[in-house]
Amino acid sequence: MSRIPEAFAHGKAFVAFITCGDPDLQTTEEAVLAAAENGADLIELGIPFSDPTAEGPVIQAANMRALSGGVTTDRILDFAASLRQRTTVPMVFMTYANVVFSYGIGRFAQRCREAGMDGVILPDVPWEEKEEFAPAFRARGLDFISLIAPTSAHRIGQIAGEAEGFLYIVSSLGVTGERGAITTDIGGMVSLVRAASGIPCAVGFGISTLEQAARMASLSDGAIVGSAIMRIIAEHGSQAAPYVGDYVRRMKDALRAL
Amino acid sequence: MTNAKGRFGIHGGQYIPETLMNAVIELEEAYERCKRDETFQRELTALFNDYAGRPSRLYFAERMTRELGGAKIYLKREDLNHTGAHKINNVLGQALLARRMGKTRLIAETGAGQHGVATATAAALMGMECVVFMGEEDTKRQALNVYRMRLLGAEVIPVSSGTGTLKDAVSAAMREWTGRIDDTHYCLGSVMGPHPFPTLVRDFQSVISREIRAQMLEKEGRLPDAVLACVGGGSNAIGAFYHFIGDAGVRLIGCEAAGRGTGTFETAATINTGRLGIFHGMKSYFCQDEYGQIAPVYSISAGLDYPGIGPEHADLHDRGRAEYVAVTDDEAVDAFEYLSRTEGIIPAIESAHAVAYAMKLAPQMGKDALMVVNLSGRGDKDCAAIARYRGEDLHE
Repeated sequence: MSRIPEAFAHGKAFVAFITCGDPDLQTTEEAVLAAAENGADLIELGIPFSDPTAEGPVIQAANMRALSGGVTTDRILDFAASLRQRTTVPMVFMTYANVVFSYGIGRFAQRCREAGMDGVILPDVPWEEKEEFAPAFRARGLDFISLIAPTSAHRIGQIAGEAEGFLYIVSSLGVTGERGAITTDIGGMVSLVRAASGIPCAVGFGISTLEQAARMASLSDGAIVGSAIMRIIAEHGSQAAPYVGDYVRRMKDALRAL
Repeated sequence: MTNAKGRFGIHGGQYIPETLMNAVIELEEAYERCKRDETFQRELTALFNDYAGRPSRLYFAERMTRELGGAKIYLKREDLNHTGAHKINNVLGQALLARRMGKTRLIAETGAGQHGVATATAAALMGMECVVFMGEEDTKRQALNVYRMRLLGAEVIPVSSGTGTLKDAVSAAMREWTGRIDDTHYCLGSVMGPHPFPTLVRDFQSVISREIRAQMLEKEGRLPDAVLACVGGGSNAIGAFYHFIGDAGVRLIGCEAAGRGTGTFETAATINTGRLGIFHGMKSYFCQDEYGQIAPVYSISAGLDYPGIGPEHADLHDRGRAEYVAVTDDEAVDAFEYLSRTEGIIPAIESAHAVAYAMKLAPQMGKDALMVVNLSGRGDKDCAAIARYRGEDLHE
């Protein structure tokens, strides 16, 4: 059974994204545990891809560093299984369609289940293509997470109606990365989701500050942060874990106040 | 279960971020309307004929035919189109379509620079803003085309991420489109990417085989025995093949860039060395490692230097309807020089890949056999690079 409902059971959720293997898996493990101990409700583990077309420069660079450091899908699956022995925090993989397709969708889903993962997010698999992927995960008790974007409009009901785990709301047009301001009508998007489904929704893309996280979470069920965390890891390298922990604690505190 | 929409056999599809889904749906709807709209078709034909200089000639390469001693070789002169390549066919179609959709800004990726130049040209013609993404490596290999694009009023953005070549330019253009959809059309340059691009680009390029067919019937009274074209993403090849797909007697041969050889890592021969994958919006064959990481491909030709191939080609390969052969840098450079010397035609280094295979194949065919080589572009842009390849340093 997926642990994702647990992530949204204690007030507004803070979701942390961390690219596996940047700069090495030891650092990833320390960063994930620090995030979990400091209040992260859900961890997205990024499996790096050579050409991450939905990512901005910070996560692109993290992907490149991880790949040149030698991580592979197999090593990350082994890593996730051993990480699961040390934490009960809900965890999902975030990667690209080709990483999963190339591994074999069923084989990948099976290894995710064995590793104790709770779901998967593939940003380049929209609603139209998800039935190629989702059943293999569903059959093994993992959630296939869907995304909605500011351009989704009438697609929101359709996507939310079939969503599993939680719904990932893309805050603004463009790729991942910190932004000065988010101008999308997130409240409007959430209402359309609520009309179609009781699924929890968390907002990501462009969130880095306490104020942004609090505002996005106040309009939804949680905030997702990736680039800001990967920037901390890029800056502090293998010594990054305490800085990540500190950042997560401050972000989660801001959400607790809501 | 895979979605049937926009598929060529198992290939194709729409593997893109949700943010772009409505944009491709709107594009598909607009395209379906324009396809049936006589005014649109009339405007496009007028641009093809009066602006691009169509129909392009089908030229009998008599000296080449005599020297090689086999099949009668015809060259489809797409190199004589305005802007010097087949790319203008697709770009005029998409620019008209974008204007119909109310878009005021075109973005594009480019490898050799031919598609970028064509897009900048159409944007100038239609008074649209234009931004072209080009791998940093390619801006060096094709400096003249960078200047041409700027001269035409386009902004050229060098892309340094990844390997700094065509695939990274495509990724950068996709990222840009994700961030700005309202006024912007992504004028994709090849028969690749998410549906509807492989279909609409093919339709705009299919004018090539429509003309070849009519011209062959007029000159020879029958269809050719073989049609050859170079393949990167595959737009000139699908254009040259399309109206012959139903004619089993016409061999369709795509010539991939083998770079330094299909046994090396320095190759871009997707069908010959790649495997099934999902990238840049489509399912098709890609050069990739065992974990699905896209390979840093290589070819002397910046236009063929792409790790994937359009989904319709992947399907033609699966069905055995088209053959895909690999041609090395060395063979292409020899052909580049050969055609220049023998026929007085300097081909694009991309097109020289098809010429190279024609030089191998023609002598194996009978003297009564008919072969068409699609000369997709002209080679002026390549002279400095080929001179360097031969150890001569030219300053443009």
